[in-house]
Amino acid sequence: MSIESSVAEQRFTVDRLALVERLRAVLPAQALLVEEEEMRPYDCDGLTAYRQLPLIVALPADEAQAQAILKICYELKVPVVARGAATGLSGGATPHRDGVLVSLAKLKKIISVDPLSRTAVVQPGVRNLSVSEAAAPYALYYAPDPSSQIACTIGGNVAENAGGVHCLKYGLTVHNVMRVRGLSIEGEIVEFGNAALDAPGYDLLALINGSEGLLAMITEVTVKLTPKPELAQVVIASFGNVRQAGDAVASIIAAGIIPAGLEMMDKKAIHAVEPYVNAGYDMDAEAILLCESDGTPEEVAEEIARMTAVLEKSGAAGIRVSQDEAERLKFWAGRKAAFPAVGRMTPDYLCMDGTIPRKRLAEMLEAINRLSEKYALRCANVFHAGDGNLHPLIMYDANQPGELERAVAFGAEILELSVRFGGTITGEHGVGIEKVDVMAEQFSLAEIAAFHRLKTAFDEHGLLNPGKGVPTLARCREYTLARAGSAGSADSADTSPRL
Amino acid sequence: MEELIDDWMARIADAARVGGSLAIRGGGSKLFYGCPEQGEKADLLEVGGYRGIVAYEPTELVVTARTGTPLRELAATLAEKGQWLPFEPPHFGPAATVGGMFAAGLSGPRRQAVGALRDYVLGAKLLNGSGEVLSFGGQVMKNVAGYDVSRLLAGSLGTLGLVLEVSLKVLPLPVAEKSLRFAIDEGEALRKLNEWGGRPLPISASAWQDGVLTLRLSGAAAALAAAQRHLGGEELGDGLAAEFWQSLREQTHAFFAGEAPVWRLSLPSVAPPQALPGPTLIEWGGAQRWLRAGDGGAIRVAAAKAGGHATLFRADDALKAAQGVFQLLSPPLLRIHRNLKHAFDPQGVFNRGRMYPGL
Repeated sequence: MSIESSVAEQRFTVDRLALVERLRAVLPAQALLVEEEEMRPYDCDGLTAYRQLPLIVALPADEAQAQAILKICYELKVPVVARGAATGLSGGATPHRDGVLVSLAKLKKIISVDPLSRTAVVQPGVRNLSVSEAAAPYALYYAPDPSSQIACTIGGNVAENAGGVHCLKYGLTVHNVMRVRGLSIEGEIVEFGNAALDAPGYDLLALINGSEGLLAMITEVTVKLTPKPELAQVVIASFGNVRQAGDAVASIIAAGIIPAGLEMMDKKAIHAVEPYVNAGYDMDAEAILLCESDGTPEEVAEEIARMTAVLEKSGAAGIRVSQDEAERLKFWAGRKAAFPAVGRMTPDYLCMDGTIPRKRLAEMLEAINRLSEKYALRCANVFHAGDGNLHPLIMYDANQPGELERAVAFGAEILELSVRFGGTITGEHGVGIEKVDVMAEQFSLAEIAAFHRLKTAFDEHGLLNPGKGVPTLARCREYTLARAGSAGSADSADTSPRL
Repeated sequence: MEELIDDWMARIADAARVGGSLAIRGGGSKLFYGCPEQGEKADLLEVGGYRGIVAYEPTELVVTARTGTPLRELAATLAEKGQWLPFEPPHFGPAATVGGMFAAGLSGPRRQAVGALRDYVLGAKLLNGSGEVLSFGGQVMKNVAGYDVSRLLAGSLGTLGLVLEVSLKVLPLPVAEKSLRFAIDEGEALRKLNEWGGRPLPISASAWQDGVLTLRLSGAAAALAAAQRHLGGEELGDGLAAEFWQSLREQTHAFFAGEAPVWRLSLPSVAPPQALPGPTLIEWGGAQRWLRAGDGGAIRVAAAKAGGHATLFRADDALKAAQGVFQLLSPPLLRIHRNLKHAFDPQGVFNRGRMYPGL
């Protein structure tokens, strides 16, 4: 797929040779990649459908080198894109053709783990899971656990405000980060938050979380560590139809229970996962719920009993409770492997990320099934049901003419529905380049303009990750006009539920 | 009620035209907080009339309320469904409104366990300095579309615009609570609090003053009993305990009485006892320390040295003018603050100087 994206229309005039010369003066030779074949591995992130070579790849080894790069780029007005492990799914780390791609992978030191203050100070290239591993000797862990936690880095987690399967109880990245140190585009050191629970002035720490590399480059993060619960158990409930499963989610919350995790998978997802990891899921179920409780053994016993009662009352056809830690991990392994499992069933897939009010889950699933028929593409569904965050995985084959276009149109309809249901186009994966046009579905021109002014407050010349996150006003107008045109066609009127 | 917004738009436009400013006022319960507004021409913009709960669905764990909604009314509505705002926002008076709570961004005793107000913000609707109505965030738990402006607005003291509506995450009320007391000195209390903080104990609040540490436990009854066996201490009667935590939340506790200025030190929980003159009261597991004293210079230096910051929380205008209310920002952060103010309120109409001079 060519990049017909908002990134491509942001052009900068850059003298590549002059830039390389300036960067060579401040970086060791091996920290600069300039040949096409050595830059090729950096041409995309987890959104592999979009590929673009940068002008140059820079691999700073520390903050001082990153600072030197930014100072030069600022002076020469060269765009900069930061990259961690590139597991992001929205193209947030897709390079800019006129810019420097700065890989922060070498900044991978865990600077300190302090069990008394329950914090860890880490560099941005540290992997999510390795923070928990470093904290494990103290019976502490880092709570946000995106499915990519083996590979994804803390810098990327902050940039995307990453979630995971335990957000309902333990929050997103923004709730678990105390301080972010970084560099402004001018190359100045900036600190958002501190070692205390709040900082004076505006809550810039909240703003930097999820800002997709558009406001600053992250060089160090202080994360909050959470005491490991004494015990965790998970209940798997299988349902004969998706509506019952969706309603069971609302009933659990209505009963005053906040599960540590509450996940849903539909039949296609179960059938993708089960042969792949043998998690022990019910292959006859139309949907399953995974519902976790953690705390003291007394609390868990009490909560599991209440959850089980609600699930039975909601019409669960079968219920199983993990009997030991190994079984609990096995039950979760299926959910966490859902993306690669679906990846085995299809040459390519697109992962959507809308969030909707929980009460619309069943309705959304039914709409997705109708869209699956309309576009003649298979779709497996995994949901963070507890927080209404959907991950429909639309399967396609990029080598079949028209399939990618159909998949993209299918995805766009899901996102439009998410907004119409009172939700959002992205719950945790970010806008990046993938959803930049659909932003116009959720925000007015005045709101988009406010986002641009906010960006300017940090980055006057628009050099940090240009073209991502927020569409230009011109693209918004185009998008709105195009949607207004197609809304009249009988085709879309057939499948879109009217509200 | 929407005609109120039309009226405000006209007043914002007028103020912008003549270089005037508007002081946003809900219930007036937190007028003491922040800097006295600057500028002779500040007109009062009363927003208490724009009130009411717009949407509340207990199974979605979300409530949306207009800015002038009395906090008491919101709390009562949530309590009917067994839910609440777990960060225990201080009201500081019966007139407190949702908008004032949001603008001040303050959290109560439970903050150490459940997070701050900003952690519960899901969305906000704003009237900016150009008179535009803008919505950010939404009513769902996870939302990363666009910058997180609604959290930026929380605690911005109305300096970025008039917040019309906020959506907040709510949670079920705790099933059971129990408070325990320990006779213990300051250093030992801080050490214990941090040690306990690293264990999966259901501690939901803490307060140390004058050699007495009080802990509150919240959660399932069985978990509280287990924790009590582990921690020891002397149990406080339920009625007395409720009064005690309420008096800290609302600062009606004797510690806060009298005319001496009230300083709030926000420090790393592990910071050692601060050798500063004046009585002290420690909350949030060591992370929030109150001080009744006047020497702002030494307090600010000590707070910064410990890795935190100090706020002149309650004082007369003269002392506030002399000491500043909030800790000074580093030059790059101050520049970002000024730029953000300009981005939302280019003519400087709203709450001019309430947070920092010139903002």
